[in-house]
Amino acid sequence: MAIQLKDVHFAYPEAPNNSKAPNNSILNIKNWSVSDREQVFVHGPSGGGKSTLLNLLSGILNASSGEVTVLGERLDKMNARQRDRFRANHIGYIFQQFNLIPYLGAVDNIQLARQFSKKNTQSTLFNEIKPLLTTFHIPEADWKKPVGKLSIGQQQRIAIARAMINKPELLIADEPTSSLDQDNRDNFMSELMTLASEHNITLLFVSHDMSLANYFGRIDALAKINSAAEKN
Amino acid sequence: MFMRLSSKSLLNRKGSVLLTIMAMSVSIFVLLGVEHIRSQTKESFNSTLSGVDLIVGARTGSLNLLLYSVFRIGSPTNNIDWETYQSISSNPKVAWAIPISLGDSHQGYRVMGTTADYFEYFSYGNKRQLSFSKGKPFEEIFDVVLGSQVAKKLGYSLGEEIVLAHGLGSTSFSLHRNNPFKVTGILATTGTPVDQTVHVSLEGIEAIHRNWQPGVTMPGSSSTNKPLHPLELEPEKITAFMLGLTSRMATFRIQRDINNYSKEPLSAILPGVALSELWQMMGLLENTLRLIAGLILISAVLGLSAMMLASIKEREREIQLLRVIGAPAFYLFLLIELEALLISLISMLLGTAGLYLSLIITRDLLSSNFGLHIGLNILSLNNTLFLLLVAVSTMIAAAIPSLTVYKVAHRGG
Repeated sequence: MAIQLKDVHFAYPEAPNNSKAPNNSILNIKNWSVSDREQVFVHGPSGGGKSTLLNLLSGILNASSGEVTVLGERLDKMNARQRDRFRANHIGYIFQQFNLIPYLGAVDNIQLARQFSKKNTQSTLFNEIKPLLTTFHIPEADWKKPVGKLSIGQQQRIAIARAMINKPELLIADEPTSSLDQDNRDNFMSELMTLASEHNITLLFVSHDMSLANYFGRIDALAKINSAAEKN
Repeated sequence: MFMRLSSKSLLNRKGSVLLTIMAMSVSIFVLLGVEHIRSQTKESFNSTLSGVDLIVGARTGSLNLLLYSVFRIGSPTNNIDWETYQSISSNPKVAWAIPISLGDSHQGYRVMGTTADYFEYFSYGNKRQLSFSKGKPFEEIFDVVLGSQVAKKLGYSLGEEIVLAHGLGSTSFSLHRNNPFKVTGILATTGTPVDQTVHVSLEGIEAIHRNWQPGVTMPGSSSTNKPLHPLELEPEKITAFMLGLTSRMATFRIQRDINNYSKEPLSAILPGVALSELWQMMGLLENTLRLIAGLILISAVLGLSAMMLASIKEREREIQLLRVIGAPAFYLFLLIELEALLISLISMLLGTAGLYLSLIITRDLLSSNFGLHIGLNILSLNNTLFLLLVAVSTMIAAAIPSLTVYKVAHRGG
């Protein structure tokens, strides 16, 4: 199993009206799992506990109670440092936007992602980044430019490259196509799907855009996973 | 990578970072400058005179006497009689005496009339005696010995003739044109007011003022017309004199005797005591300056902290991103601290360089106008400690934004 959640419960420790935590809903998941190499599309409205779920799976947040098992490891039993390490080593992550540090170049951005993983070796690094950027059709002239100056489509492709550099077993995509136009979105989706199958990566794709659902074999509604969302 | 990330992040926020750097540089400039000038002034003053037990002049405050006789600052209140000098210097407990006669100048440099004993007994710094870089002491009436800076600035060499001006200031209207002096010696650099002094014999001073009415030379009375003899030129009045005693123990007795001298009102001062009086007076000023410099620094460091804190708001997504790619919360804490430290290091460099430059530009001005000899070694022990203090206070102030980032990171963005 790539992901297994059992009786997972989460509540933000802060006061519920804290503006810094817009998503203060409580997460409550009885039982939910994703098997290895599965490509799952999860849809739901924003504010339905989506970010919290993803933060739990990537180990940025820790569940208040219950078992969070990712790639066979119990995240709820790790300390913060171990979860940071685990995330760097095993999980790739793509956001809707702001996937990259805008003032760093593509190479630096990818290198940065590499720094926190166990595969932190500088010598072969450039040799790995080069083919990766070539695969994603980033012209060599743009490798060192601050990524903020590149097009959104290019930025999202570099984002995938960054997510892939540590050869993750699990790739989490959080509305990665919302900022793209139709053409770019189709390209992005097919590249992403090919990549996931080629590298045997478990893909968890979260979006509210149901038109993307046909790329996936399994479609889950967040509202069905999270029993707390209904009450709120 | 860590370094690259923080420096590029700073570059990305050029505007606010630059302003913060400027504010900090200015405060570091002030902090180091105050401390440097304070310690250098003290050192410069303390090393101006050594081995002189008493300074005697007309009745006045001890500071005033010290300042005009040694530092050539201010003006004498009154002159004293030559006879007084002779009677006091003939005291058996007096080992040597150096008379001083002030009041004339040359191109803004003060002229001091004295005797050849000056070159023998006067010492400065750590009991160092005056030495000649060129030539020898004055022998003739119209011989002159220049301080090193006078010679250098005005480009004089041995054998040249110069004209003294009556009164002080570089643009005097009444020159002693009839009696040019010949340069016979140039002193080695001492780093004291001696460097800015033009030394002539007492007889020389007497000669140029003979038949002199304030403002005009009497027609037909030019003293070059007839040869002058040193013995005829015994001075009537001098400004002050310095005493070296045979025994230190006698200092207070002689001082009391001089202060009670019946024929005219005199003041005798111990240079060391007068100097410490000066420092006491300056102490309040020094501490005020230090306090102001410290407050400026605190406000600059707080400004830095505020700037960083404001930037955190814009950077929340960046923080979230770094977290997602595996950066521990502590890494982000250190990142903000490093950025603050970088700003503070750049400011230190700029502040120190700025101070160095301004010292190079102003040191000649300070030494010729105020007799202050300011060295260029800014990084004294005290100042190095100050710089360390700046770094530490930066780290402490930056803890506020850093902890905020840490908290944001822990909450998961």
